[in-house]
Amino acid sequence: MTDERRRLMRRLNWYPGRGAVGKMETALEQQELEGRSLWRDAWIRLRHNHAAIASLIVLGLIALAAVVIPFFWPYGYAQPDWNLINHGPTFVGAHIFGTDALGRDLFIRVMWGSRISLMIGVVATMVTLVIGVVWGATAGYVGGWVDGLMMRTVDILYSVPFIPFVIILIVLFGRNLFLVFAAIGAVSWLDIARIVRGQTLSLRKKEFIEAARAAAVPGRIIIRRHIVPNLLGIVIIYVTLTIPSIILFEAFLSFLGLGVQAPMTSLGGLVSDGASVLQSYPYLLYFPAIFLAAIVYCFNFVGDGLRDALDPKDR
Amino acid sequence: MLKYTLKRFFGTIPTLFVIITLSFFLLHAAPGGPFDMERAMPPQIKANILKMYHLNEPVWKQYFLYLGNILHGNFGPSYVYRGTTVNDLIKQGFPVDLIVGGFALLGALLIGIPIGIIAALRQNSPWDYGPMAAAMLGLSIPNFVAAPLLILAFAVALRLLPAGGWAGGSPLFVILPAVSLGLPLIAYVARMMRGSMVEVLNSPFIRTARAKGLPEHTVILRHALRPALLPMVSFLGPAVVGVITGSIVIEEIFGLPGIGRFFVNGALNRDYTLVMGVTILYGMLILTFNFIADVLYGFLDPRTRHQ
Repeated sequence: MTDERRRLMRRLNWYPGRGAVGKMETALEQQELEGRSLWRDAWIRLRHNHAAIASLIVLGLIALAAVVIPFFWPYGYAQPDWNLINHGPTFVGAHIFGTDALGRDLFIRVMWGSRISLMIGVVATMVTLVIGVVWGATAGYVGGWVDGLMMRTVDILYSVPFIPFVIILIVLFGRNLFLVFAAIGAVSWLDIARIVRGQTLSLRKKEFIEAARAAAVPGRIIIRRHIVPNLLGIVIIYVTLTIPSIILFEAFLSFLGLGVQAPMTSLGGLVSDGASVLQSYPYLLYFPAIFLAAIVYCFNFVGDGLRDALDPKDR
Repeated sequence: MLKYTLKRFFGTIPTLFVIITLSFFLLHAAPGGPFDMERAMPPQIKANILKMYHLNEPVWKQYFLYLGNILHGNFGPSYVYRGTTVNDLIKQGFPVDLIVGGFALLGALLIGIPIGIIAALRQNSPWDYGPMAAAMLGLSIPNFVAAPLLILAFAVALRLLPAGGWAGGSPLFVILPAVSLGLPLIAYVARMMRGSMVEVLNSPFIRTARAKGLPEHTVILRHALRPALLPMVSFLGPAVVGVITGSIVIEEIFGLPGIGRFFVNGALNRDYTLVMGVTILYGMLILTFNFIADVLYGFLDPRTRHQ
């Protein structure tokens, strides 16, 4: 159909939708105008960010290796090889990263350490996410004095020096993995709560929410269909940025000897073990440090990339 | 302005109260006490010790006693370091943290701000990507990896600087700890500065300044720089937290006689008064710097005052 004909049809009030020609026209227009969803848009932007994609691939490989390799590697994380103690990287006995002072294979320990560190990062972030989103969304959606009270609580907690509190908790109540999760999760939900609350507050005033209200959509459906999907982007960004900070925090605790209990280990534990014998056996620091830095670095890059992709107003 | 300042000031008091209460009851809920020994003590002696530290009173009484002491600036006696008060230990350790942390922060600002500005001005060029990738690396490497590597390089291999110790705070001994503490801060400052500069450069008043035909350096130095520096003021709070966390590790590695070591040792030895004292001190530091940042921000940016 030529443009001229279309213009003619318009002038004659011949809107599409009538007759075969009209149907064809509607189909054509739909094809031309088929919208790209926010997520598709974001994915396209992210795909062009090579650093973020490369980071995503590296992260995937590390995670895969950390999960799969312990199943078939000939050594366990606590199993000593008495013939090779404090031996540098070697192919004798397949200790490709070397062995530590107890003759344990460093490679498998790094794999287990990555596994534990990633797990702590992800699980503690989930704790953070649940508390933060529920708290923030409630405060933002309910508003009024409830909002004031809840956000005042967040303000107060922001100024509490949490690191000492976590240390006290772990020292006094014994260390176990669960306590580490809970302590770290309880510390880092504040950011997410603040962001979610701000976002909810501004969403609540948007026209489409008003339209939904006007159409008598019940509150819980408004939250589920309209508010939560719009929060998702910013929440995903913060999740990606919270995971590395939690991994680093766990490493910090491990350095103080308050992390995962030996002989199980995390990357932080391995790094702090390695740092103490750096002068004699530097490889004991290098390998875990590289893995730790790579994981944190990649998460940060992915988080930055996601921020650019989902929230492009800063560019 | 005075009203705003006062409002901010009184806003910090409930927070301080929460910190004190939380640390007090947390420590009192902990199983085991500072005077539980391997060998049972004669009950008389134990009773005397408990009486000396008012540990025989009900918890609520101890709480108000402690609160009252703190209002007088008295953190009480240390349970483990006999004959010393927590105030003594803080007086002894705090200057170390102040010097190392102060230099780390100063260095971070002096190095990080220019890097961030340059990256923002040369957005999406190698001058942007290079430093920002390096900054990300700086944020990804924990202090306790960077510090031993720095020791290995500058103390063991090059023999330029001492590997640890304090020596009364002589300059050579401050450099390595301050650098290790400052590295992540530099990275943080640079990233933040770049972000705020990019935002300011995209705002309408910069377009106006350019449209007036001002030379580029005037646009940047007179118009863009000052508003872009504003977020640095609010960086004060997080910076103090970063310095505190970092210094716990740095003191351990370099063997500095600072407060962080007292804190960790105190926690391990159940020296409750010391742990509470240091926690409250940390809280006060954070609150003070947040307060300063708030007031400064209100002074520099009138919009925040009238919200």
